[in-house]
Amino acid sequence: MRLNDCDPGFKHEVAAEPGGAGIRACFACAACSARCPVGANRPAYDPRRIIRLTLLGRREEVLASPLIWLCSSCYSCGEVCPQQVRFTEVLTAIKNIAAREGHAPPSAKITAELLAKQGRLLEVTDFENDKRSGLGLPPVQQRPEDFQAILGLKPSEGEAGEEPR
Amino acid sequence: MKALLFLGCTVPVRNLNYELSARKVCEVLGVELVDDQSLACCGYPLKGTDQAHALTIAARALAQARAHGLPLVALCSACAGTLAEAEHHLAHHPEAAKRVNAELAPLGLEYAPGVRVTHLVRYLLEDVGLEAIRAKMTRDLSEFTFAPHYGCHYLKPAEIIGGPDDPEAPTSMGELIEATGAKVDNYPRLKDCCGGGVLGADEDLAGSLAGAKLAELNAREVTAMVLVCPFCNVMYEGQQKAIAKRMETKFKVPVVYLTQVLGLGLGLTPDELGFKLNRAKPKALLAAFKS
Repeated sequence: MRLNDCDPGFKHEVAAEPGGAGIRACFACAACSARCPVGANRPAYDPRRIIRLTLLGRREEVLASPLIWLCSSCYSCGEVCPQQVRFTEVLTAIKNIAAREGHAPPSAKITAELLAKQGRLLEVTDFENDKRSGLGLPPVQQRPEDFQAILGLKPSEGEAGEEPR
Repeated sequence: MKALLFLGCTVPVRNLNYELSARKVCEVLGVELVDDQSLACCGYPLKGTDQAHALTIAARALAQARAHGLPLVALCSACAGTLAEAEHHLAHHPEAAKRVNAELAPLGLEYAPGVRVTHLVRYLLEDVGLEAIRAKMTRDLSEFTFAPHYGCHYLKPAEIIGGPDDPEAPTSMGELIEATGAKVDNYPRLKDCCGGGVLGADEDLAGSLAGAKLAELNAREVTAMVLVCPFCNVMYEGQQKAIAKRMETKFKVPVVYLTQVLGLGLGLTPDELGFKLNRAKPKALLAAFKS
């Protein structure tokens, strides 16, 4: 690794994102890595390593890594961290930067489009409401207007039930 | 006692047994759950890639709860956690509150700090209370043993959820199960994550996280595993067969919701509690309730 290839500003960029400031406090004890259930099943996923690479400024290596999308967001690392790094939040900050640069998995775009189309993740049709009413449950509705306004997205065209493009 | 019910996206479509049993149990315990059709997504699904918009969506729900003047009570642990985190973040970051309010103003909503967000199970414990719940029990379940799965977002981050559990030694679900007379199995893998958070990114990884707990419970002869979150249900009930197949084994771990167990103790019938919709059925339990 050549230091000249590193981006010393990357850690500041992460720290400036909401939830990212904790990265400044890490003293590399690896309590997070020891407690991580994902790392226990997939040793390549190592919270301390992601933090060190970020602090070193390995910007592209971190943002383009498929590993950053493997956090199960169980928050176990945060409970054992003696420095209150809050790694789940730090990684959310890193993933948000990665997403803005086109590294998000395709499901991310679909999620936003589903919310703009339905106002909820899962579609509600007469079928669902008939089932609910058969059990004596009140109907639920799709009211996507607020979500379209917040996300600045118009729902895409398409048949009901079809995945938006 | 009155609370605003936050159903979220998954429960009212995929987990009607959870919703039904939660509503019935609240009715018996004298808790009025208020519905608001305009409540929908909590914002959690967007957090990983776009936390600014996720926060605005959560703030929208908080603003709606404030307009009702009621505590916001969720059935899904991810919804409860996301909304509690948003309330905590916005209450401590006035500049973030200012930004979301600029985005909420055109919708006729305004966020202000002070909305109480909680999970239904914690609401039952803290507002109804263990003594009052115990006093309403009419049916003894002492012949059964249940294995609670607390899940992650029900307990953590502890600094935001604020108790009553210690996330490294949780007891609240066990206390409620014991209120029915039933026994609690605090098995070695009690605190394991279900893996649901990575199901979309890596199915094998998610399956190995859930599979270790299923294998352990399969060998322990519990009446059922008990859940309080629809995401955990996706893994332990919905994916149970697929996970067993991948591990080249077979599981028979019955899966129920805590509100279904409480409901049986409170004298409700399996039909009233939606047990017909359970796919990994607790056969021993249901056999005892055949009329």
